[in-house]
Amino acid sequence: MSGYWDPHIERMPPEELRTLQEDRLKSLVRYVYDHSAFYRQRFKEAGVEPGDIKTLDDVTKLPFTKKVDLRDTYPTGMFCLPRSSVVRYHVSSGTTGKPTVVGYNKGDIDTWAESLARALTSIGLGRSDVMQVSYGYGLFTGGLGLHYGAERIGAAVIPVGVGSTERQIILMQDLDTTAIACTPSYFLHLIEVADKMGVSIRDDTQLKVGIFGAEPWSLETRKRIESATGIKAYDIYGTSEISGPLFTDCSCKNGIHVWGDMFLTEVLDPKTGETVEDGERGELVFTTLNKFAMPLIRYRIGDLSIMETEPCECGRTHPRIMRILGRTDDMLIIRGINVFPSQVESVLMGIPAVGDHWQIIVDRDGPLDVMTVRVELVEAGFSDKIRDLLSLKKKVSKELKGVLNIAANVDLVEPGTIPRSEGKAKRVIDNRNI
Amino acid sequence: MVAELKQISLFVENKPGRMAKVSKTLSDAGVNIRAMTIAEAGDFGVIRMVVDNSEKGYQVLRDSGFTVSMTDVLAVEMKDAPGGLYEIVNALGDNDINVDYAYAFVTAKAEKAMLILRVDDIGKARKALISKDVKVASKEEIQRL
Repeated sequence: MSGYWDPHIERMPPEELRTLQEDRLKSLVRYVYDHSAFYRQRFKEAGVEPGDIKTLDDVTKLPFTKKVDLRDTYPTGMFCLPRSSVVRYHVSSGTTGKPTVVGYNKGDIDTWAESLARALTSIGLGRSDVMQVSYGYGLFTGGLGLHYGAERIGAAVIPVGVGSTERQIILMQDLDTTAIACTPSYFLHLIEVADKMGVSIRDDTQLKVGIFGAEPWSLETRKRIESATGIKAYDIYGTSEISGPLFTDCSCKNGIHVWGDMFLTEVLDPKTGETVEDGERGELVFTTLNKFAMPLIRYRIGDLSIMETEPCECGRTHPRIMRILGRTDDMLIIRGINVFPSQVESVLMGIPAVGDHWQIIVDRDGPLDVMTVRVELVEAGFSDKIRDLLSLKKKVSKELKGVLNIAANVDLVEPGTIPRSEGKAKRVIDNRNI
Repeated sequence: MVAELKQISLFVENKPGRMAKVSKTLSDAGVNIRAMTIAEAGDFGVIRMVVDNSEKGYQVLRDSGFTVSMTDVLAVEMKDAPGGLYEIVNALGDNDINVDYAYAFVTAKAEKAMLILRVDDIGKARKALISKDVKVASKEEIQRL
């Protein structure tokens, strides 16, 4: 088992951690009330004042915040510090409207790096490691986030960013990269390219750890990556609104540790907004406990997960969230049934004849939604008999139906047909004009 | 042990230009197609072919990103006269050997037609055919055609 970066905090007894959260929540509420017209207005609308927050449970009296608030107050309407205190901005792409801006003061950048230093230590990384950061640098938080985290633990960073895959593979060999951080779909692409170059990740590189995130991925994909390359694949979580990538699972791989001294995590029923039981699926809601330029109160991040509060085998006492099940806004409604791309992925990755890349296409045929799943046929699954191919199609279709409860067409396509991505994979093409 | 004749099979989507890509890949590598057939199933199909150099053909197609496999097949000389096919399949049927698929070709040099057979038991099929005086072509003979 790996050591701790900050053993005192990471192993803090739960009651003590709760007290710390309570103190920080109370001062946060006072702080945002004093520093932000936006929050004063919101508190007023919700009929709550800082003095009403006496215990941790009182958090439910506070109003929610959402992505739309960040858009509506673009660029810096939710900041609690003047722009002169800001040392960094990150901006998320506005795929569905205005972009959103996140600001950090010096302490916020430090807290962010500290969160990742704990996480990276928990998966066994340290000063002798070499981390290739293959997330985008720039306005996206992935690159710089991992960069600062890895530097904090004394690892050597290769800030390669996205793309130039062949060069990435050469650098990986020449500089003895031991860890890579990127999207899981990019890593799958990298394995393919390495294979074409005659490079085996397992035998020709020193890579032992992959830190994958920025898009939901399934346990089956983890198994595929691990068995194809011999590395250990870890899940990283965080979004720009709450800083960027912040948390990973530890080497026990039993959920992602969300540091309780930094964030108060709630899991709610997305429809009613009521707290769900420990171990029940729901929408994640974060309150930032020690972020100062742009703190967030009860931010509805839109990701669905399950929270466990029992301490982990590794000795860390902070709550854990399970693998992200999808996003509330990634959810497709097909013939009235909720479908998450992550469910499709977990079915496909369990079938060896199906390649690592896939796509969901939704069309409308008259009044009816039609879902087609395109998968690449790989050599392992190729029989030259048509009936074997037809029964493979049937098998994929049947397993999808078993999980999704709706029928899906399955298209077998040639390898390399589905577009590869260097950032977040585009898995869903919805052609419906609703 | 006889070196079996290797057929190349590849998975292709049923869309314009795919056959052209396959034949160009082989032609660029100097691989000659002896016989071929396409089995189609709606939006995809399987191309099966016998070429003069199957290892090379397999390799270049694989390197071009195709899903390819090699299958052992029999190349059997067939009399170019009524009853030619019957003689062969009857010998197989009598011995309880199932034919998965078959396709035939004629070459300028050969006086007889060649039948490519994919059967469930290749050793048994060879024995059954030879006992009926049917000529089974070797890998080298196909290469030399």
